[in-house]
Amino acid sequence: MTALKVAGIFLTAFFFGLTFEGIGRKITARVQRRYGPPWYQNFIDLFKTLSKHGYTHGWIFDFGVIMALGGIIASLGFVPVGGIVAFPGMDNFFVIVYLFTIGSLGMAMGMVGTGNPWASIGVARALTLMLGYEVPYMISIGSMLYFYRTSSISAIMSAQGGDWNLVKFPIGALVALISLQGMLGKEPFEAPMAPAEIASGPMVELSAKYMGLLMLMNTFMEFAEISLFVDLFLGGGTYFVFLLKYLVVWVLVVLISSVLPRFRIEQAVYFYWTVPIILAFVQVFMTVNGFVF
Amino acid sequence: MDKIEKIDERGVWEKIADQLRSRSMWMLHYCTGCGAVELPPSTTSRFDMERLGMGPMATPRQADLFLITGYLSTKTLRRVIYTYEKMADPKYVIGFGSCTINGGIYYDSYSTINRLDQYLPVDLYIAGCMPRPEAILNAFTKLMEMIRKGEADGWKRYKENYEWYKQNQLRSLGEVVVYDEFHE
Repeated sequence: MTALKVAGIFLTAFFFGLTFEGIGRKITARVQRRYGPPWYQNFIDLFKTLSKHGYTHGWIFDFGVIMALGGIIASLGFVPVGGIVAFPGMDNFFVIVYLFTIGSLGMAMGMVGTGNPWASIGVARALTLMLGYEVPYMISIGSMLYFYRTSSISAIMSAQGGDWNLVKFPIGALVALISLQGMLGKEPFEAPMAPAEIASGPMVELSAKYMGLLMLMNTFMEFAEISLFVDLFLGGGTYFVFLLKYLVVWVLVVLISSVLPRFRIEQAVYFYWTVPIILAFVQVFMTVNGFVF
Repeated sequence: MDKIEKIDERGVWEKIADQLRSRSMWMLHYCTGCGAVELPPSTTSRFDMERLGMGPMATPRQADLFLITGYLSTKTLRRVIYTYEKMADPKYVIGFGSCTINGGIYYDSYSTINRLDQYLPVDLYIAGCMPRPEAILNAFTKLMEMIRKGEADGWKRYKENYEWYKQNQLRSLGEVVVYDEFHE
């Protein structure tokens, strides 16, 4: 049964993750008054990259790519997706956050293994940005965990009942949404990827299958991060309700990213450590003193 | 000239892969001449090449399609060969305008490459000086058709006739290596 549930989560993440990315590209195109690619474009892109004949850059690179994908898949298995909880009792917030690091470190190791300076710059920026958005995100989520006296995600989901945490912790939700924009690497926090500036950063030396695996990893990572937001702040829900909420958050993120330019990395960290962090502390103050709606 | 009937040697998987490749061509964001100006209108809202699944990619490793947009100097040719060999198979080359076909208006310059075909296997030429975005989009759909039929086999020809291409490259350039001025 556990294996079936895990397979269900992965298939959901694969199919709907890629579909929603395609829809996101379509929305960006429409914002720019273009027609845009079909919704299944990302499936074509993925399978095309897997069909090409690529170049490796040594075993560190191979191992890093596999580790990145494996780490993200492992952490995705713990995220409750639309009523499917693969490991009941173990869907702890800290477990997921801890496992996320394996994916990021695997990517950092593999990409630095290519020896390309752009990749090193991209990885350095990604880790710096992570330092920026993790702090306000953790403070805001921490106040929520304090309020519910639990770090189990399904417990928080069921405790929300009718009124979502979005209403109970409005400022925390805003902070989490701003952090989500950085986690997904969307504009204005797109500095680690920056195709025109540092030649797509960590992905600079990725050819063919490696590119495909990293695209898949990116999709899974986006799926896990947005699912976490939907679970914690929008109350999860049944399978299709969950996907609907997911789509709303995703469209919001895409719309924000499609009209904004890019922050420099120090501007992004400065922003995260001023505005969202102050808001997060306001949320902590409100939660501790019982101002929960 | 009689057209020689080619036998389709591709297996089933290769045919499926070619269908996918034709619908998802990532072009290298590297432009050599005045044809670069024609690409922004073909990318943006007027002609929108993303609806064909095409888009600019930052590095040769990720790209499928190499556009030689305009006239090539010997200095650029060195980089172009270097870049082409970095790309992952299968890869396609499109030559833009008359400069890549016969040298264009600079045909008698000491530093101009007159025929691109002798140095790299070109899959498709676009006539004009420079071709308009309509012609470029037309060429892209033509290339998609060629990939689906298995006719865009420049990357195979490059492997088969590598000695010939290398000889031509060395005759024009002396050596193909690009020195890393930054680290030396």
